[in-house]
Amino acid sequence: MSAAAPPVGAARVGPLDGIAAYVRRNGWTFGLIALLVALLLFTKWIQPRYGPIPLQGLATSVQPLVLAAVAQAIVVISGGIDLSIGSIMALTSVVSATLMDKQTEGVSVAVVIGVLLLGLAVGAVNGALVVFTRVPDIVVTLAMSFVWAGCALLVRSAPGGGAAAWLRGLVGGPLGNEWIPKAAVTVLVVVFVVWIPLSRSRIGLSIYAIGSNRLAAFRSGVPVARTRLLAYVLTGFFSALAGLSLTATTSIGSPVPGPYTLLSVAAVVLGGVSLAGGRGGVFGPIVAVVVLQLIQTDLTFLRFDSNYALVAQGAILMLVTMFSSYLSFRRTRT
Amino acid sequence: MSAASETAVRSGVGNVRGLFRDRPIIPLVVLLALLVVVMQLASPGIVKLSWAGVILRTAVPLAILGACQTLTMLTGGIDLSVGAIASMAGFVTATLIHSPGGVPQAILVALAVSALAGLLTGIVVGVFRVHPLIVTLGMSFIVLGFANVWQLQSVQTGAGVPVELRTIGSGLQGEIVPNSLVVFVPISIFILVLLRLTGYGRLLFAIGDNPVAARLSGARSWQVLTVLYVLSAVLAGIAGLVLSGLTNTASVSLADSSLLPSVAAAVIGGTSIFGGRGGYGGTIVGALILTVLSALLTVLGLPEPTRQIVFGSIIVLVAAAYTRVTAET
Repeated sequence: MSAAAPPVGAARVGPLDGIAAYVRRNGWTFGLIALLVALLLFTKWIQPRYGPIPLQGLATSVQPLVLAAVAQAIVVISGGIDLSIGSIMALTSVVSATLMDKQTEGVSVAVVIGVLLLGLAVGAVNGALVVFTRVPDIVVTLAMSFVWAGCALLVRSAPGGGAAAWLRGLVGGPLGNEWIPKAAVTVLVVVFVVWIPLSRSRIGLSIYAIGSNRLAAFRSGVPVARTRLLAYVLTGFFSALAGLSLTATTSIGSPVPGPYTLLSVAAVVLGGVSLAGGRGGVFGPIVAVVVLQLIQTDLTFLRFDSNYALVAQGAILMLVTMFSSYLSFRRTRT
Repeated sequence: MSAASETAVRSGVGNVRGLFRDRPIIPLVVLLALLVVVMQLASPGIVKLSWAGVILRTAVPLAILGACQTLTMLTGGIDLSVGAIASMAGFVTATLIHSPGGVPQAILVALAVSALAGLLTGIVVGVFRVHPLIVTLGMSFIVLGFANVWQLQSVQTGAGVPVELRTIGSGLQGEIVPNSLVVFVPISIFILVLLRLTGYGRLLFAIGDNPVAARLSGARSWQVLTVLYVLSAVLAGIAGLVLSGLTNTASVSLADSSLLPSVAAAVIGGTSIFGGRGGYGGTIVGALILTVLSALLTVLGLPEPTRQIVFGSIIVLVAAAYTRVTAET
């Protein structure tokens, strides 16, 4: 396998060449999508009754983790890591569930906007601490995970609150065709409206640049500090979305952080984002989350103890990264 | 101000920085002493020998887990599987005490399983060069999953934390000296000697400082790393045994909440997460600082949420102060 890039300015560049290059560039994501399709077919084969309703359930149940994975992907692409995502989700989830409980629609819309702003602020605090203290990202966000979890407990010491009806409506059920889960559409719309334009802009380029080579980016005039801060702000924003999704899908807010931080790291890595930064996108992690969840579903259908799903997820994480490490090893050899 | 005195001041600052950089343990001990003084002020008369014994007893499992992080962080890695492995070791021991070999066999099995998990981690990290963060994260899922399966199958045949572990984990000699020092002192001497005096210790620093240079100078880093992660997992297993004895509980999630503090202990202790710099002495003091801090927050009567917020903030503050002072200028 040669990984050589197509020659620049080749004489005949047909439309198909463009598509081929696109597929090659996003090979990992397409591989994952193929795996997802295969898994869906396998699920249908072992459980012929698997239809639109379970599919909608799947989309709803993965939604918080999908958004958490997007949040993690952005900061990891910028060369950082955020170990406080789970705590930010808990904080935003309890705040939203507490404030919108038994309130009118208008209030709940204001709450959603307020919580998203809170996510931006929390991300800004994380980012500012990382940039100005020069303490490694992993240490700062680890410590901040205590702080945000503590804030969540301050808001509400036990699970409770409620979600507005329209918010719950956004994450469950079908949209038009019964095969199109509303939860999946919501995620895709958010990603397409927020991340895609950003990633195509100068800001997105800067985020990839500082993740790829911070010194080179600095010398090319990229404002490194500002861009790192911005990556954390975006991560905070998507973590807040994940928290809102948690409120919407469970109808309550829980102050205890779920396993989302570490799962989001796993999803990001499985999704083809390099922990070293600068490589990957947000769609790989999204597909990876769905694949992981579907494997768990299949193991249940096959009557395995559900705890083996955890084992399988860990093993897949290790095997896939070994495979990717092997690929990059071969690439450097040839 | 004359030029001479200005130079003197500057070199004085330089000396302090040099001191902090070379002997991070001194400012840490000062911080620890400061916390103890605050403790005494907050609750006069609380600081006495028996109190110190209790603090030491609480700090031992954290300090052992901190050893796992220190060793792996020296090579530029991290071990996120220590929480799962420690809980598993404590739990497996508790379920096996009625086996033919009794408690020793139960402990041996638990530590052997820990070592096996570490061996797998080490091979994937060392041979396949996958980032330790991912491998140990995956391993924690695997260990937790199997521990859950084991929990369902062992159906709790009247099992509990064996008396021996409870004595070691929570006993105090003369109400002062914790029994867990019997485990901790040999381990800490072993690690300190390993890092300071042996070739293996120097290899850990070398690999963390510059993996390529280490490889080119003939270090077989895959062997070093494989041994390292086995060692880390066994230490985590031992910490889990002590912890289950200390708390008299055996559960598959016992040590989960110790994972992040163990990283924090190593970081506060001056071990760089990028590798190549640090030591175990600092980590021990770091673990003591965290333990005293959390005792202090309890004594101050702060509610749990505030305690968490203060705890996290202080970790950031200490790490920031540390980075600021030791930053290469």
